[in-house]
Amino acid sequence: MIVELGHFALILALSVACIQMVIPFIGAHYGWHRWMQVAAPAAVAQFVLIGIAFAALTYAFVRSDFSLQLVAHNSHSAKPMIYKISGVWGNHEGSLLLWTLILALFGACAVWFGQDLPQRLRARVLAVQAAIGVAFLMFMLFTSNPFLRLAIPPFDGRDLNPLLQDPGLAFHPPFLYLGYVGLSMTFSFAVAALLEGRVDAAWGRWVRPWTLAAWMFLTVGIALGSWWAYYELGWGGFWFWDPVENASFMPWLISAALLHSAIVVEKREALKSWTVLLAILAFGFSLLGTFIVRSGVLTSVHAFANDPERGVWILVILCVFLGGALTLYAARASALEAKGVFSTVSRESALVLNNILLAVSAFVVFIGTIWPLVAALLFDRAVSVGPPFFDQTFTPFMVILALILPLGSLLAWKRGALGRVSKSLVGWAVLAIALGALVFAVQSGRSALGPIGIALGVWVVGGAISDLWLRGGRGALSTKLLRLRRLPRADWGKAVAHIGFGVTIFGVAAVLAWEAEDIRVAQPGDRWDVGRYSFEMRDVRQENGPNYVTTLADIAVYRADQLVTVLSPEKRFYPVANMPTTEAAIHNGVLRDIYVVLGDPQANGGYAVRVYLKPFANWIWGGCILMAVGGCLSLSDRRMRVGAGAARDKAQVATS
Amino acid sequence: MRWIILILILTVTPLWAVEPEEMLADPVLEARARALSGELRCPICRNESIDESHAPLARELRVVLRERLSAGDSDAQIKTYMVARYGEFVLLRPNTEGVNLLLWLVSPTMLIIALGVGWATIRKRGTGQTDPLTEDEQEALEKILRS
Repeated sequence: MIVELGHFALILALSVACIQMVIPFIGAHYGWHRWMQVAAPAAVAQFVLIGIAFAALTYAFVRSDFSLQLVAHNSHSAKPMIYKISGVWGNHEGSLLLWTLILALFGACAVWFGQDLPQRLRARVLAVQAAIGVAFLMFMLFTSNPFLRLAIPPFDGRDLNPLLQDPGLAFHPPFLYLGYVGLSMTFSFAVAALLEGRVDAAWGRWVRPWTLAAWMFLTVGIALGSWWAYYELGWGGFWFWDPVENASFMPWLISAALLHSAIVVEKREALKSWTVLLAILAFGFSLLGTFIVRSGVLTSVHAFANDPERGVWILVILCVFLGGALTLYAARASALEAKGVFSTVSRESALVLNNILLAVSAFVVFIGTIWPLVAALLFDRAVSVGPPFFDQTFTPFMVILALILPLGSLLAWKRGALGRVSKSLVGWAVLAIALGALVFAVQSGRSALGPIGIALGVWVVGGAISDLWLRGGRGALSTKLLRLRRLPRADWGKAVAHIGFGVTIFGVAAVLAWEAEDIRVAQPGDRWDVGRYSFEMRDVRQENGPNYVTTLADIAVYRADQLVTVLSPEKRFYPVANMPTTEAAIHNGVLRDIYVVLGDPQANGGYAVRVYLKPFANWIWGGCILMAVGGCLSLSDRRMRVGAGAARDKAQVATS
Repeated sequence: MRWIILILILTVTPLWAVEPEEMLADPVLEARARALSGELRCPICRNESIDESHAPLARELRVVLRERLSAGDSDAQIKTYMVARYGEFVLLRPNTEGVNLLLWLVSPTMLIIALGVGWATIRKRGTGQTDPLTEDEQEALEKILRS
């Protein structure tokens, strides 16, 4: 009964979305207020209805209602509750439902936070948002309906893929989807602006919070995924340049570019048509990502719950929306006339360079990701494009970006003085180069990545600190601190996010350059050294888990004969799934992670043991968290409240 | 029970990538082997290098690679050897033959074009000058300045 209610709510949501797509759109064209007013209640209703459908599906999973095909195929009555709930989106149909739920949520948010938007713009934004909703609801109802019943329900379900039974599944996909789908909002704003034929500072101000929110969620989602891989895969890799990872990375890069170019639109009314194009492309890339993940056209280690035939429908949706928006763009972009002028040396120019680097680097990832497909389809060649290619072609972009970041962020708007900026940064440059050189001298003969990474990290972080410090103005320390405290949150956000970027660069370089690895056969009682640590295998024992048997090793870690910790890596075997897994034991630290993995028993006694020392590994994700916190700070800025610009404009008009 | 578990564990495919007994005694050769195996894709796996893969075939390839290294082959020779057997599919760093050249050239070309367009945009906006004041405006300004 409840399931049927959910099914019905989903169908109703489709009809509401159809109304929301058509009526406000016509209303906006002819200026009929009543028709435009339909948009807001429809958007909220659509969200509530899809919410009911999602709740009904979750209920079915929690109750293990195996008369539902989806539940029978993807759940099991003995599964822990958290995996029953996260199992809702651990499959094709359920993840699409989550996708549309978030889409409707963003539409409803545009209603709740967009009270001050001009009526016509708001009606158009909601109509475009509803159009995307219609496409996905139809796709779901006609090809991937999660509410199909089985005539003869099985006694128990087929269970969720054991690899997905991890807390990572509970958080990683929802955050990624919030990011992917959040970009639909910027897309809707871009299309609405093209229909209006007007992009101004206020538009830039309205679009920025949505981009910022989407980018923040993407950052968190990607970082969670990378961290999950790090602790789960048993050798401590954190990024593999896998097609599915790239699918989330491309929208991240484009939305980072959009974030910066929207500032130029807001503050200087320049780069308008470029910003609109980025807004369209950002969502295009997130649809492409959905297509790659859902269709499995590209071979990926993430292959689960995909379906090539239904994936084609996402390709159709992608073509319709991207094609439509780009055609509209081609017809209307020339109408977006730029007002602001700026000199060659200025913040605007620096942001143009930032956008070029981010957009071209996203393009590089795009080409590398789809090249195997292109080569196979057009040239009949089976080609692989893997990490060596991406490392070589992508890294230079990030190095240049890090080099220009502190300079660009200090330059004045309109016309900057490079000399003055460099003067205030020269201290950091000297420190960065000196530290880099010092590290290079000490490590002698190892990869140059470490010194370059530390120099870039210090340079970026230092630049961000200088940026803040200079914003404090001149005068005594106390007045400076007072001024710093009163700075707009957006300024703090900028500095924190840039510091995060520097920290991540340093973390990545440090792990790649200074990681130490040791593989050996160890007998209980053996002791060996890796780096500054020595390891002692104390014991190996067998234990029984709830649904697995496990081999545990107790490995004591010493530093200068002081016991640091005892790590217990495991090697589990799940008899039902006939599947072995490794559970790495990690001792997290600020300066290094100690990562121990237990392997197979050897023919002539003892066990294979792998030990990794991963210097500064946590800084990678720490930096990502800082970037997201920076985004949060910016988002909480009073100036950023959606519609604040319009309210102020109105007030000014009233007083003048 | 202990024996059953041990047998179970022994019979399942090895979970790991590089095993201790595969490794070469010479650390320089071993380091080369690791670097090389990171560039070769396991032909039967889902987008994994033979260095990461747990598949039996990947293990065989690792062993073959080390044998050839010990026999004195150069890195390029070993790659040619692998490509001859499994096709260019195994190269995670695609070669530059034929259309693959496009893949390698397209990103620098794109960067140069983007920089060109960016530079043109900046120069166009980049006079740093707004339109000069009209005579009326100039007059109004002087009036304000005098008062």
